[in-house]
Amino acid sequence: MVESVFPKRTSIGRRRFVTGAAALSCGAAMSPALARKAATESTLSAELPESASSFLLNVEKIPVRVGEQHAKGVGINGSVPAPTLRWREGDTVEIQVRNHLHEDTSIHWHGIRLPADMDGVPGLSFAGIPAGEAFTYRFPVRQSGTYWYHSHSGGQEQAGLYGALVIDPARRPAYTADRDYVVLLSDWTDADPMDIVSNLKFDGDYYNFRQRTVGTFLHDIRKDGLMASVRDRLAWGGMNMAPTDISDVSGIIYTYLMNGRSPEKGWTGLFRPGERIRLRFINAASMTLFDVRIPGLTMQVVSADGNDVEPVPVDEFRIAPAETYDVIVQPTVDQPYTIFVQSEDRTGYARGTLATQEDVLGPIPPMDPRPLRTMTDMGMGDMKGMSMGGEHKSDPMARMDMSSHEKAAEQDTAAHHPAAMHDMDMSDMPGMDMNDMSEGHMDMPGMSMHHAMSHQDSQKPQNKVSVMPQPESHLVSLQTGVEVQSLAPQPKNRLGEAGDGLDGNGRRCLRYTDLRALKRGIDPREPSREIELHLTGNMERFIWGFNGKKFSEAEPIRLALGERVRFVLINDTMMEHPIHLHGLWSELENGQGTFQPYKHTVNVKPGERLSYLVSADTPGLWAYHCHLLYHMDTGMFRTVVVS
Amino acid sequence: MIAASWSLSAHAAPMNRTMAVPYVKGIMPVMDQRVYVHALLDQFEARYSGAGGQFRYDGQAWFGSDYNKLWLKSEGTVGTDGRFGDGDHEILYDRSISRYFDVQSGVRLDIDHGPTRAWGAIGLQGLVLYFFDAEATFYFSDRGVAGRLTGSYDIFITNRLILQPQAELNFYSNSDPARGVGRGLSDIDTGLRLRYEWHRKIAPYIGITYSNMFDKSMFFRENNGKNNSGVNFTFGIRSWF
Repeated sequence: MVESVFPKRTSIGRRRFVTGAAALSCGAAMSPALARKAATESTLSAELPESASSFLLNVEKIPVRVGEQHAKGVGINGSVPAPTLRWREGDTVEIQVRNHLHEDTSIHWHGIRLPADMDGVPGLSFAGIPAGEAFTYRFPVRQSGTYWYHSHSGGQEQAGLYGALVIDPARRPAYTADRDYVVLLSDWTDADPMDIVSNLKFDGDYYNFRQRTVGTFLHDIRKDGLMASVRDRLAWGGMNMAPTDISDVSGIIYTYLMNGRSPEKGWTGLFRPGERIRLRFINAASMTLFDVRIPGLTMQVVSADGNDVEPVPVDEFRIAPAETYDVIVQPTVDQPYTIFVQSEDRTGYARGTLATQEDVLGPIPPMDPRPLRTMTDMGMGDMKGMSMGGEHKSDPMARMDMSSHEKAAEQDTAAHHPAAMHDMDMSDMPGMDMNDMSEGHMDMPGMSMHHAMSHQDSQKPQNKVSVMPQPESHLVSLQTGVEVQSLAPQPKNRLGEAGDGLDGNGRRCLRYTDLRALKRGIDPREPSREIELHLTGNMERFIWGFNGKKFSEAEPIRLALGERVRFVLINDTMMEHPIHLHGLWSELENGQGTFQPYKHTVNVKPGERLSYLVSADTPGLWAYHCHLLYHMDTGMFRTVVVS
Repeated sequence: MIAASWSLSAHAAPMNRTMAVPYVKGIMPVMDQRVYVHALLDQFEARYSGAGGQFRYDGQAWFGSDYNKLWLKSEGTVGTDGRFGDGDHEILYDRSISRYFDVQSGVRLDIDHGPTRAWGAIGLQGLVLYFFDAEATFYFSDRGVAGRLTGSYDIFITNRLILQPQAELNFYSNSDPARGVGRGLSDIDTGLRLRYEWHRKIAPYIGITYSNMFDKSMFFRENNGKNNSGVNFTFGIRSWF
């Protein structure tokens, strides 16, 4: 049974989420923290456990009751999601993982800096953990903050093998709170992950029941006029693309969970009015970007991907798969507050409540309008005819009336005009190469990379690294083809945008430019070279990759130990891609100079060009991939070799 | 679902390039060379007109990786006389060549109650811009050459109610009286089907189909005792896995 043949109009009231009581062979001596967590506890309390340094994790099949059906999930110690682990910075943790499945498993500590053989990626770190066997991870913890862990084997991440990691800092935390909760977001489905990929290979729109129809066409004609609507349809049709492509997998099969609970009741966090509450948001979803808000409360974003940032007050933030954000809220009124987490495509939501007592629920706000992709997402820049530096040809785009549903990004004075495409065959457009980052970059206040650089402490590079010939760097010339559906003729700096469907919604939404690290970066060197990677794919064939190649067709990315490089990412696709580099930090060049945020996962918007700096300080084989599970699985993956 | 990790040598043995990396026990961290199996029964329908009823099917199946597939096509009609006609079965090697198109080459066999014919086949299949599905195939044998054009388009009335105009045209360089085939544009089979995707994979439909023989083929058909030309009321089920 793949999925219910009846459409799930809403996940409310249709699914309950209960984990079975699996046998827990957790030695109390090994881990008092986990032993006290009774196996019968159906879902995460989200209250932080006590910290510990030794753990026994039993990976096992766990019955998950979903509506009428009994599905099987993959969890740990009787729990889906897996239990929250709490470590202390400075400790050496020892984690024994026993595999009770009939297939290989693995656990990857996402965002944790450790020796490469402890990273948990089969084939790169180790051979995986075969059925019936055990593996002991042992590594020093040299960081603090909110992270998570998950399987790196097959579809186990989709099936529930993910959990939160909270690491207490060795010194006083930068931000204190009266209460501390994990808010683990995920997407649950009964469907077999292999079936999901297979369905997408057959039909990339398999899970999209929000496509444009005759009805929306008539609606647009009434709103925008006949000619504008026809031109808009022709512009998209001429590319064989649709502005309704937001998510590959949607609420039609997904139930969005918060701490393992479906939105029927959701998760509840208790508070007393006036308390400061730290909420550690983790997106453990396989394929879903979430938009998070708590109506009535302002959230202070204080940490991103485990690293402290200057507080940013926001009403809403988007969190891509694998990212983490800590926020602090301070409700002063004795009333329930709803934590409302919509999927980006608005096909469903996860839900929680901050309340002063159990079993009190706040109101659920109406869903926001569904985003639609624009020509900016198609890499047409912002249609201002900006010069991008470097030489490239771009067809002159005729302007046309903007469809009313397309909102311009805040900082763009010009509207995003869907282009009349002039029979534009995008295969004629060469991939742009921009060798000179510091010139001709998009003009955005305080955003010029050059400007950012000039503020850096000009310290001479300590050890000169000889630059090896690099197959995937510079002068990437791409053409459309089997694996490249489109190329962005004018990729744009979009760090100052909150994302499709958020900009211009009247709320203060977090933007990457807002993230300013509390601590100055530790490596002031200029990068010795740039590695340019185009994020490419073909949605019709459901093939994804970098520079037009799947993992199996490409060379690894080689870095010299100790060198500092700039990764330049150009998203030629019309979907977001959260790009995760294992083992090393990605220092996002967002205009904050020496206070650039350190991230492990960088979400690249459609049609966007961004860059980050990487210090290759840990040797080994590291995974580098899109954290949308089925994009990774179909080729959007590279091995990074640091030696 | 079959998910073997495999790569055809035709696709440049990609593993050779990654062998430079010392993967632990040769394990690949992702398997992006999987083989998938799909079949689509696009038409599975009864047709009714004043002259009686008939049953028609038209389906395809494929097995393979992103670049290389074994592709099977089969269609046929069971006429009012209960005999199986218009049987056309193709075994093709399918290679992805561009964003939206595959080139296919192989064998076509006309197998039904009539005399059997064999052809070589080469053609293109894919998605023309503006989301038109299209196939153009060229056939050749010692009896001459032939061509087939098929196309369809999905009009979304709603996200589950889909109106699909579809057409198939057959051309022959020489007539083949024994098979009721005339020279030139030999026959056309076209339909307008309204399907409801209560589930993506199982969609019942109703529609109107129109088929006609042209030129001499009409004459041959009548001599063969079947005349199914004209407008038919049609209903059936589209399914795939």
